[in-house]
Amino acid sequence: MPERSFRIWRGDANGGEFAEYTVDVDEGMVVLDGIHRVQARKANDLAVRWNCKAGKCGSCSMEINGKPRLACMTRLGDYPAEQTITCQPLKAFPVIKDLVTDVSWNYKQNKKIAPFKPRPRDDDGQYRMMQEDVDRVQEFRKCIECFLCQDTCHVLRDHARKSAFVGPRFMIRLASLEMHPLDTADRIPAVKNEYGSGMCNITRCCTEVCPEHINITDNGIIPLKERVVDRYYDPFMILWNKITGKNKNGKT
Amino acid sequence: MTELIEVGGHRLGVAANAREDRWWVAPVSVLIGLTAFVIYVTWAALQGTHYFAAPYLSPLYSPVLVTLPTAAGSAPVGHAWFGLWPSWWPSFIPPSPAILILVFPGLFRFTCYYYRKAYYRAFTWTPPACAVAGIPRKNYKGETGLLVFQNLHRYALYPAVIYIIILYYDAFYAFVRDGQFGIGVGTVVLFINATLLAGYTFGCHAFRHLVGGGTDCFSCSKARHNAWQRASRLNRNHQFWAWASLFWVAFTDFYVRMVSMGVITDFNTWGG
Repeated sequence: MPERSFRIWRGDANGGEFAEYTVDVDEGMVVLDGIHRVQARKANDLAVRWNCKAGKCGSCSMEINGKPRLACMTRLGDYPAEQTITCQPLKAFPVIKDLVTDVSWNYKQNKKIAPFKPRPRDDDGQYRMMQEDVDRVQEFRKCIECFLCQDTCHVLRDHARKSAFVGPRFMIRLASLEMHPLDTADRIPAVKNEYGSGMCNITRCCTEVCPEHINITDNGIIPLKERVVDRYYDPFMILWNKITGKNKNGKT
Repeated sequence: MTELIEVGGHRLGVAANAREDRWWVAPVSVLIGLTAFVIYVTWAALQGTHYFAAPYLSPLYSPVLVTLPTAAGSAPVGHAWFGLWPSWWPSFIPPSPAILILVFPGLFRFTCYYYRKAYYRAFTWTPPACAVAGIPRKNYKGETGLLVFQNLHRYALYPAVIYIIILYYDAFYAFVRDGQFGIGVGTVVLFINATLLAGYTFGCHAFRHLVGGGTDCFSCSKARHNAWQRASRLNRNHQFWAWASLFWVAFTDFYVRMVSMGVITDFNTWGG
């Protein structure tokens, strides 16, 4: 049975170091399987967060050979047989133990966002939406909150500007609310001032790492930045909105 | 030298990373590509000569606002919107029609959402690649400080759309020489140029937003929904259109320049 070497960071908030483990692996195994084998045979106290093993819960986010990835969706066979698999906790969030980080900052950002505020129901008590109006926001609903996009965003990762930018995950949440055909809340001023759309410089790493292949940059963040341009930077659009009687939310 | 490592085993410092792939290939390629383009276009724009070889006009000089007919390979007066080059033009600035018009397409490219990614990674290292540390900065401001001017992209889009119309006019104009309909390699080169630039401009994120992306009710206007879908289709390959049109616009100038200088002969149906 072939063997594979793993280099796993072990430690807590006070520090730690890499530990090397070699275990036998089977064909078709993913990195999370390998970590579980290390945990079972070599290091029973190794901490790793996981749940579904199907790329749907977003729990096993970590950095594998330097790239933010889901351990359950990363096949060992994708790497050369002789290559050591290096596993590290997410860089953008504080380490709790080994590969487990404290991502609670993200939940606090979520609470800051103005919730869904639907228009009044139709006369028969129903809400009606056309499919073409909701197609766009359905893409954003695929988010599994793995926070890989938050981890790779250099504003949060390298510059530690968590106070200035909510990060790509929550720009996507804002886009899903802002573009929703039933929603009436106006979040554009907050998108610019509070949530920090201007902090994003469109380097697309969030889109590159998204395991759900959500086009975070092109379909979420840039459209929000364009709505900010409509409101604050484009005199033609400001004039047009006044002439056509659009309200602050850009809706007639 | 001791390597700085923080909790989690993450290296610290410029370009620090744990990636095993060749992450530097993309930023280095962009650095070389964009630098070569800027050097060539700057040189070509400052020449003021050999930008016209009837019926071909270099896109770097279109539209010709004013012309200096005494310059070799320049557009005839009848081709210039406002006639002759002004006599009061300061002598220290080259009398080149290109420098009067390149600011708009230049600004459009510079503030383009795709090129922002490309040059932020290649030139300013914010960041050089995903999960690769850039140059440490205190109080990073993204596009809220000096770079707030990136919001000019919308302003640059409006003239860019007009330029597409002008460049297609030039391409159709290139079917006629001395009143005779025909076609040459230059006609095809100009036509491809206008088409690649149209694909780039009409797939632009700002255009996509203006034609439909700004609405939450696509079902209210089928025309807007269709326009948004078409722009989205182009937008999916915006990177391709950006590079193809960038290369081709420089190549088109090069081709017209070589024909104008007599270095190469344009194969055409007019003969000669």
